[in-house]
Amino acid sequence: MKSLEELRAIREKMQGQVGLRAEDHAHTRVVVGMATCGIASGARPVLNTLSRLVQEKGLTGKVAVTQTGCIGLCQYEPIVEVMEPGKPKITYIKMDSEKAAEVVERHLIGGHIVEEYTLASADIK
Amino acid sequence: MYRSHVLVCGGTGCTSSGSQQIMEALKEELKKTGLENEVSVVQTGCHGLCALGPIMIVYPDASFYSMVKVEDIPEIVHEHLLKGRVVTRLLYQETVTPAGVKALIDTDFYKKQHRIALRNCGIINPEVIEEYIGTGGYAALGKVLTEMTPDDVIQCLLDSGLRGRGGGGFPTGLKWKLAKQNEADQKYVCCNADEGDPGAFMDRSILEGDPHAVLEAMAIAGYAIGANQGYIYVRAEYPIAVERLKIAIAQAREMELLGKDIFGTGFDFDIDLRLGAGAFVCGEETALMTSIEGNRGEPRPRPPFPAQKGLFGKPTILNNVETYANIPQIILNGPEWFASMGTEKSKGTKVFALGGKIHNTGLVEIPMGTTLREVIEEIGGGIPNGKKFKAAQTGGPSGGCIPAEHYDIPIDYDNLLSIGSMMGSGGLIVMDETDCMVDIAKFFLEFTVEESCGKCTPCRIGTKRMLEILTKITKGQATMEDLDKLEELCYYVKENSACGLGQTAPNPVLSTLRYFRDEYEAHIKEKRCPAGVCKALLSYHIDAEKCRGCTLCARTCPNNAIIGSVRNPHIIDQEKCIKCGACMEKCKFGAIYKQ
Amino acid sequence: MENITLKINGIEVSAPKGSTILEAARLAHIEIPTLCYLKDINEIGACRMCVVEVKGARSLVVACVYPVNEGMEVFTNTPKVLESRKKTLQLLLSNHNRSCLSCVRSGNCELQQLAKELGVEDEGYYDGDKTPSCIDDSAVHMIRDNSKCILCRRCSAVCEKVQGIGVIGANERGFATFIGSAFEMGLGETSCVSCGQCIAVCPTGALQEKSQIDEVLAAIADPSKHVIVQTAPAVRAALGEEFGYPIGTNTEGKMAAALRRIGFDKVFDTNFSADLTIMEEAHEFLDRVQNGGKLPLITSCSPGWIKYCEHYFPDMTENLSSCKSPQQMFGAIAKSYYAEKEGLKPEDIVSVSIMPCTAKKFEVQRPDQAANGVPDVDYSLTTRELARMIRKVGLKFRNLPDEGFDAPLGLGTGAAVIFGATGGVMEAALRTAVETLTGEELASLDFTEVRGMEGIKEATYPVAGLDVKVAVASGLGNARTLLKKVQSGEADYHFIEIMGCPGGCINGGGQPQQPGYVRNTVDIRALRAQVLYDSDQGNPIRKSHENPAIKELYATYLGEPGSEKAHHLLHTSYIKRKINEI
Repeated sequence: MKSLEELRAIREKMQGQVGLRAEDHAHTRVVVGMATCGIASGARPVLNTLSRLVQEKGLTGKVAVTQTGCIGLCQYEPIVEVMEPGKPKITYIKMDSEKAAEVVERHLIGGHIVEEYTLASADIK
Repeated sequence: MYRSHVLVCGGTGCTSSGSQQIMEALKEELKKTGLENEVSVVQTGCHGLCALGPIMIVYPDASFYSMVKVEDIPEIVHEHLLKGRVVTRLLYQETVTPAGVKALIDTDFYKKQHRIALRNCGIINPEVIEEYIGTGGYAALGKVLTEMTPDDVIQCLLDSGLRGRGGGGFPTGLKWKLAKQNEADQKYVCCNADEGDPGAFMDRSILEGDPHAVLEAMAIAGYAIGANQGYIYVRAEYPIAVERLKIAIAQAREMELLGKDIFGTGFDFDIDLRLGAGAFVCGEETALMTSIEGNRGEPRPRPPFPAQKGLFGKPTILNNVETYANIPQIILNGPEWFASMGTEKSKGTKVFALGGKIHNTGLVEIPMGTTLREVIEEIGGGIPNGKKFKAAQTGGPSGGCIPAEHYDIPIDYDNLLSIGSMMGSGGLIVMDETDCMVDIAKFFLEFTVEESCGKCTPCRIGTKRMLEILTKITKGQATMEDLDKLEELCYYVKENSACGLGQTAPNPVLSTLRYFRDEYEAHIKEKRCPAGVCKALLSYHIDAEKCRGCTLCARTCPNNAIIGSVRNPHIIDQEKCIKCGACMEKCKFGAIYKQ
Repeated sequence: MENITLKINGIEVSAPKGSTILEAARLAHIEIPTLCYLKDINEIGACRMCVVEVKGARSLVVACVYPVNEGMEVFTNTPKVLESRKKTLQLLLSNHNRSCLSCVRSGNCELQQLAKELGVEDEGYYDGDKTPSCIDDSAVHMIRDNSKCILCRRCSAVCEKVQGIGVIGANERGFATFIGSAFEMGLGETSCVSCGQCIAVCPTGALQEKSQIDEVLAAIADPSKHVIVQTAPAVRAALGEEFGYPIGTNTEGKMAAALRRIGFDKVFDTNFSADLTIMEEAHEFLDRVQNGGKLPLITSCSPGWIKYCEHYFPDMTENLSSCKSPQQMFGAIAKSYYAEKEGLKPEDIVSVSIMPCTAKKFEVQRPDQAANGVPDVDYSLTTRELARMIRKVGLKFRNLPDEGFDAPLGLGTGAAVIFGATGGVMEAALRTAVETLTGEELASLDFTEVRGMEGIKEATYPVAGLDVKVAVASGLGNARTLLKKVQSGEADYHFIEIMGCPGGCINGGGQPQQPGYVRNTVDIRALRAQVLYDSDQGNPIRKSHENPAIKELYATYLGEPGSEKAHHLLHTSYIKRKINEI
């Protein structure tokens, strides 16, 4: 290795992956419903997209993407819940990969809830 | 890219309890369920909780599974990895609370720990250099080579207060400074990975779990003192560590983090392995170097010290694995960060291997100054079977026994020395009321006698004579004059031996004499072992009142030492009794007792 | 040289920088006892006999290796120091076979001496288990009895560091440690060259030669045997040490008187056959130079060197002179020429040699050393064995008169007597070779360039238009250095003298044992060598070719040097051996 830049590049590439293994109380948890209903309606690509993007964007230090069982709102699956420490839980419904990417971009990075995909907005209608 | 990482411990402890099979079963099951591209299986180093192996952690949710069996794998894969339902029954029960699963770092075992040397152990795959780099690896070397002078590096270590973790506690920065001052055409950096204290295995764990940290630190040392060659002297009995070191060195060379012109700075440094055949004395610095040179591992006189004339007669520094593992973090986080932990003269953390009469046997890293009580009661989970704490042995065969009166002493180099023990490499063996202190002293002395190199008279013959007297005491054959002779010999061997092995060999005897002299005297004067351990001083008897003549004991005795007829009280023939205690265990009426 | 000032027992001492406490103390006339220490050879601080207190030091330090520092304060005789030394001795004694009364070293055992000096009242104080030990008598020349070994490591240090062989060393560890060869081989199975340097430095009775005193005395008592004895030059230079004479005393006359009184039928001198060796070897040298033979020619007097060459430089055995050693030449002549002259049958002659050497015991039983169908030499005894024999038969050595050797095999020249010192064979050979080659008498017989105790000496002598390049090495470590240079082509010589023992035969493995403190302070080799050079100087005949007995031998019996008869009797052959293969 002939420069620090090379080292930095490897580090940045690996940081997301290794960061997945961090244990921190301040973690934002992103939970994807992965019961039979969820998987049937396409939760797996959602989970994988979220996980991939969180790692790619270097967010693993503060965001953990995990899965959970049936949340009980089977008609709204795939469901993604975002739980930020000290804030109320946000539930996104009828997710797909594109929407997931938007949630990562606008909510997890930008800090703004993507209102149009939330359960709350669905209820209003 | 994987959404989930399953970490399986591949340290020596978990490997011997079957983690390799677990890993294979896991990969197999993931393939079957089509998860192999979503979930990655990572073999790591030791997590510390060796008593609960094989250990497996699922990230990102950090579910900590313990004592995993191959049969459990399908359930974990289907429930947890596919459907996200944690298999609570298989979790480390400390993490399971009525309120849900708590994080590992909130458990008693981990809560008071502070992992610097062990920071990557159990977190990264030690066989993948990129993972080490991903946690900041080799950044310290980069910083040193591009931003610091050798003197800066040494000053940084001096300011950090780091002291050698191998036993003596010599300030690391000072050691490097002395080696730097000696001009020579060739210098060497050595790593002592010849961990030999009975029960201590922190160096092994670091080498297995985070080998690059050691390589990086050695390169930093090379830069600081002006050496371009390093040697790691590692025990051949550590096959996993040796293998991982080989892989790590190969990968570092491949990436040119070892070799010529590192980071384009013109600095060359390479490292080679030397395998030790397991002689304890080769942990002594001059013996280690003599062994690397290809000779019988025996200490040589000092002065000249290794910083003047070490390996192959050249200025050499030698640090142990744990010391090195701290160094990249000190460079990256600054000496103040490190010095903010610990006590006045002992900075940072220390890794201990907990063993003996304690719930959580395993590896822990605690800030200096943590009390013995915290380590044993909180981190270690206390003493099993409701028994009482009697003493803790630290420092292995060079150390001593710390009695209950010092339970609240903050652990650091100087405190341990002041109470007749020492830090040593970090073995911590807990003893309860059923341990005989004379027997403990004898155990450690047997080790030293076995491991003495035989070069100098005091150690070769003196320790042997000490052991003979101790043996007499445990057999009830000693006189008070023998005890005086023993004590005299202790001081003589300490003063006259050529190296640290002999100079510290009497410590287990001296410290038990200091705190438990009454036990010695009970063996001598009353021919009694208060803890009921020394076989020669025990005899088994049958209480005729309680014996129903069921004959079970007589049938159990392996040496036909119990006589008696059915429904009549039995008697033990003391001539034939081999004191195995089997009869006592079997008796349903509590009629057999020992005295 | 820079000096350092320190205080020892309150006395201010100035010592050169780099001195040890031991050396500095000696400057202040304060002696510190040592046991394992041998200067430049065994500086390992193992025995802990020389411990002293140094102000400010954490524990006691060993004076033999601890360097002095400016302002240092040393105490060599505090109660703590004295008590420690005593305990060390008591511990050594607790693991020692204390059959001192019957021990061969009783009276000059360094351990015994220390026990006496340090006032050990109770030698059994720490008695307990003893290290299991066995006796190794597998070698022809010596016996190792580890029950008397104190693990000072002098033997293995001298074997490895001085002789460059290293066939013995510490095995096992801790209390089980013992000195032996690798893989439980007996010494006789190794490539030990029998030099006996290990015996010479052993402080106790753990190492000794295989004694044949009783066999010799039995032969003397047998009326059917004619028992003759020869004594090597170096013996007369050291034998006196066994009887209290200062090192460097020539006791040739008393030695001859003693041998006669022991009962040898004839008392002869190896000097005679040393002159004979020169005649043959000088002839061989000139022959090789003139006829394009293998050069360099290397001397073959030292059987330790011969075996070393066979094991470690088998490719150079062609360079060895085919001449037998003086001991063997003597034997061959005694059982042919002398036997015929006296009308004796060779098998009725018992030929005994007194040698400063243990390798001679190996040499007598080599193949191709029995020119007359019986061994040339029957028994080879060391100088030490001779001293024991003198005591055993009740002689008071110091009271003996000075006597001479018997004719005709007792006559030797000054050239012969210097065989016992390194460079002596070379010098003797040069005296004869030069005169033979030039046909002129030498103006000076002293070839001082090849004298002295340096390990390797070189010189060039212009002789009859040829620059004769010679080299001399003593001690096998030095021999190795020299031969490596020859092999690599870095150096080229016509003639090389090699002696197995450092300093030559005067420091042979069969010579009287001098304790460590003497070896460390006095160059015993130089003192003994001086005896031989003085003897040369005082001898009216100083050239081998002028020895009248030798002249007569050639005139009446052998013919010319290198004749067929001379070849049959006086030359031998060598074996190409491997390391650790006999």
